[in-house]
Amino acid sequence: MTWLAQWAGYLPQMMSGLGVSLLIAGISIAAGYPLGLALSMMVSAKNLAVRTLGLAVVEIGRGAPALVILYLFYYGLPKFGIAFESITAACLALTWNAAAYSSEIMRAGIQSVARGQTEASNALGISQRDTFFRVVMPQGMRSAIPGLMGVAIQMFQGTSLAYAIAVPELMKSAYNIGSQDFNYLQIFALAGICYAVISMPATWITVFFEKRLARHA
Amino acid sequence: MDAFSAVLQGLPMTLTLTLSAFAIGIIGAVPLAVALTSPVAPVKLVARIFVDLVRGVPIIVWLFLLKFGIQIGTFKFNPVSAAIVGLGIVSVAYLAEIYRGGLQAVPRGQLEASHALGLPQSSTFFGVVVPQAFRIVSPSIATYLVGLLKDSSIASTIIVSEMVFQSQAFARQHPTVEGILPYILVGILYIGLSLPVAYLSRTLDARMRKAVFA
Repeated sequence: MTWLAQWAGYLPQMMSGLGVSLLIAGISIAAGYPLGLALSMMVSAKNLAVRTLGLAVVEIGRGAPALVILYLFYYGLPKFGIAFESITAACLALTWNAAAYSSEIMRAGIQSVARGQTEASNALGISQRDTFFRVVMPQGMRSAIPGLMGVAIQMFQGTSLAYAIAVPELMKSAYNIGSQDFNYLQIFALAGICYAVISMPATWITVFFEKRLARHA
Repeated sequence: MDAFSAVLQGLPMTLTLTLSAFAIGIIGAVPLAVALTSPVAPVKLVARIFVDLVRGVPIIVWLFLLKFGIQIGTFKFNPVSAAIVGLGIVSVAYLAEIYRGGLQAVPRGQLEASHALGLPQSSTFFGVVVPQAFRIVSPSIATYLVGLLKDSSIASTIIVSEMVFQSQAFARQHPTVEGILPYILVGILYIGLSLPVAYLSRTLDARMRKAVFA
């Protein structure tokens, strides 16, 4: 019971941290999805320069650890006189991450749309633009939904890395509380629970969508 | 190329963390995957909760829990062992989920045929189901290994001197423009290290498709 009482005492301070975590996750997802769509279109573009640039952005965003991108923005760029607030750096790094991952998922979704759809659309005399945006993309996005939800969960968990650049998010709040009275076990367990109560149901919802889409495929 | 040699100093530790945690995961995930597919409901439920809980909590939290939270008598984890155990636990959960997918992807007819031929349960499982499941999941395992390589960078937050930690140290000593180099180099190095595994994954995937779906 002492744990529960302590947890209740810690909770208000943790909640403000959780708010910051959710804010960073929300921003990076909201910016990451549209950028991801743009990147997926760049990667499948006909122009070689556009394609190469898109591919490079995607491969760096997926291939380098999020922590490295975070440090690059927060510790690296200031050496060139480009300095960010820690929270801005966290949002930028995670946005890059989210955009790179979601672009691959969207590309796979768009590629999974049957060719007959494009052919039918061409036969009906629908313009190329409308074929992509009104016929292929909506269907492709549907099958990309579970993957994109997965990216959102990954980004929420990824916000914990912003601890390393002193963003006052959930992990940082936990560490601050812990270093006051050294109850590290209790406080990090509580932090873990805070992450889990959001991530776990989110994962279950994702699995539910995955199964539903698989049934209608 | 001072920056590069500084980053390289962390390479052995990065590889040690990644491979040790991977070894723990590959082996530890076997019983857990069996539990996840168990017909006994309570066993299945406990395994499911364990997997979802471990995956629902960010790696950095596990590392801090182990590094700062665990003290049994005079025993405390040093940074490296906390990182290996933490990354190992996370790998167990993720790989168990991958194995489960593989076990369930083996067509039911294989089981039925095996029963019809009178093979004992153990031969059915180890001789029929597991080899096919392994082929199905090997690309996913390779993909996970790449993820684990990147996740090992999180160990730098509990002062394990792997590549990112070494990059940080170099950048701190070089406040000039040169200080950005280690971050760029370490990023390239991670991508470079994951290329052979990604290649392996693609090859395995192609071979698997031929073997299972041909």
